[in-house]
Amino acid sequence: MYKYDQYDRAMVDARVEEFRDQTRRRIAGHLTDDQFKPLRLKNGLYLQLHAYMLRVAIPYGTLNSAQMHKLADISRRYDRGYGHFTTRQNIQYNWIKLEEAPDILAELATVEMHAIQTSGESVRNVSADQYAGAAADEIIDPRPWAEVIRQITTFMPEFSYLPRKFKIAVIASVEDRAALRWHDFAIRIVRNPNPENGAGEIGFECYAGGGMGRTPFIACKIRDFLPAGQIFSYLQAVLRVWNRHARRDNIHKQRMKILVHDLGEEEFRRQVEEEFQHFLTLGQDVPQAEYDRIAACFAPPPFETGLADEIDRSDPDFALWVDRQTVTHKAPGYAIVNISLKPIGGIPGDISAEQMDIVADLAAKYSFDEVRATHVQNLVLPHVRKQDLHAVWQALTGAGLADVNLDLVTDIIACPGLDYCSLANARSIPVAQKIAERFADIGKQQDIGELKVKISGCINACGHHHAAHIGILGVDRKGTENYQLLLGGSGAEDTSPARITGPGFDEAGVVDAVERAIERYRELREPGERFLDTYRRVGLDSFKEAIYG
Amino acid sequence: MKILTGNDLKTGKVVWWDGSGWSLHVEDAVDAGEHADVILATETAACRVNGGYAVDAAAGADGRIRPAHIKDRIRAYGPTVRPDLTLKPADPEAGNWVI
Repeated sequence: MYKYDQYDRAMVDARVEEFRDQTRRRIAGHLTDDQFKPLRLKNGLYLQLHAYMLRVAIPYGTLNSAQMHKLADISRRYDRGYGHFTTRQNIQYNWIKLEEAPDILAELATVEMHAIQTSGESVRNVSADQYAGAAADEIIDPRPWAEVIRQITTFMPEFSYLPRKFKIAVIASVEDRAALRWHDFAIRIVRNPNPENGAGEIGFECYAGGGMGRTPFIACKIRDFLPAGQIFSYLQAVLRVWNRHARRDNIHKQRMKILVHDLGEEEFRRQVEEEFQHFLTLGQDVPQAEYDRIAACFAPPPFETGLADEIDRSDPDFALWVDRQTVTHKAPGYAIVNISLKPIGGIPGDISAEQMDIVADLAAKYSFDEVRATHVQNLVLPHVRKQDLHAVWQALTGAGLADVNLDLVTDIIACPGLDYCSLANARSIPVAQKIAERFADIGKQQDIGELKVKISGCINACGHHHAAHIGILGVDRKGTENYQLLLGGSGAEDTSPARITGPGFDEAGVVDAVERAIERYRELREPGERFLDTYRRVGLDSFKEAIYG
Repeated sequence: MKILTGNDLKTGKVVWWDGSGWSLHVEDAVDAGEHADVILATETAACRVNGGYAVDAAAGADGRIRPAHIKDRIRAYGPTVRPDLTLKPADPEAGNWVI
């Protein structure tokens, strides 16, 4: 993973001291709340329902064991013994004291972490495939390019006062595990398909204008192939076009998706290309040597050769876990391990300090010191020898981290909702808990098959309800919680927006409605069909009939 | 009635105006009436509260003050999904007050 050089370290350390001074001045009354708020937000510090909340950046979801131990340590010393992994592969602490926030940032800096770009109108934490560097289907490890983008967008003046937040994702496979087209800007690493001009060269398919929130849009492809070395020029062009035209007068129309929609795909592309040609002449793109320096940090670990692929499956519980929670690795004899943070009745994405320490130890011992956070609010040990899987499973079982539900109905994304978030209109977590309890039986979950349930507590859609097979949106109806049900969304390579089924429900009602939708799927499905496949084949009306009677 | 709430500047804890200062307990809240804006301006300027605002509330049959909106009741109580982290972790019925 990336290692700070002297410049990275100096910048992060300076940022910590700058924020320490800003905090001191705020507490002394020399800064008003209005003056201080944008400063704390630039350091990931929000004021939420119960306390300050600190969101810590985990670039492209990659952590080492020292960082995970530090996150555990911070949760014990400065918070209440747990953390919450988010849908941008970050972690949040919910009970932070302002006076201690600079100390936390200083602690994070000791393990090359920070909270920069986790809030405000900036380029947010760059997300990526959680299986990067391990996936059997990737062209290259996408993280070096994600890191290049992180570096060129951090503290870049033109990117520091954007019209709104700006989210970027990077993948390098056909299978989309990062909700690519729900991002403001996204790249899929490909090989140049043009046989007459650089066939085989690494480059990017570029997408722009996606996003969830109040107005969901799926990003359109704005370039079939961008030579990789030109990404800085191209990204500057995209952001400059947005900066030029964005509706800064209307908060609901500031995101780039609105501009792409209003200008139209063709005109947006034309203007980007025009700016791009200008930027190319400036010679600002990342030199090959700098890319090589960064890429060297992501060199594959020294995988052993000659390892057996066979796994002793005599323990049925272990076999069940292997089948559901592990994924094919690019290296023979290795597996990718998914750690569920979705225990039945638990809080999606929450993890205790003790569990963080155990995961960190497992990463150090069995996964070349690497852990990944996923946008689905789970964790991954990316490089585990198959012969070590049983030991890993036993340790996870002892830690309460061996739930078997990856991509099943209880693997629910849920934002913090009204239990924690000052923007929320309704609670998300209790709904997730009740759905999980309703479908707790693993046999039933497996019979239902892949089913992605995602819950947001407000229109901002942090719970990705637009990209859910079954989505739930919490709204405020005259001071009481109400839940709209949506069907048919996807954040995968078959991206689609979910559609609202009809009138909303109370908390108990929406759980019943989810069950009725699932039962309708089980009645109508054809062999091999997932919930989403059946929905797409038969349409919304059949499900509405089941849901509303 | 109008009661006042906000967060403690240093700790971020939820606080309620009790007539002379800020309490952690909504039970201590008093009706700020027409003085709400003045109190908030004074307390904010003195950094004794952060993000203060007035909320509608009413006294229940038991005399306990209950904010009108669920968001403020959750602020007063704590996260409903973690009763161990609320102000009343030993009271299994406390969460019912929120809903």
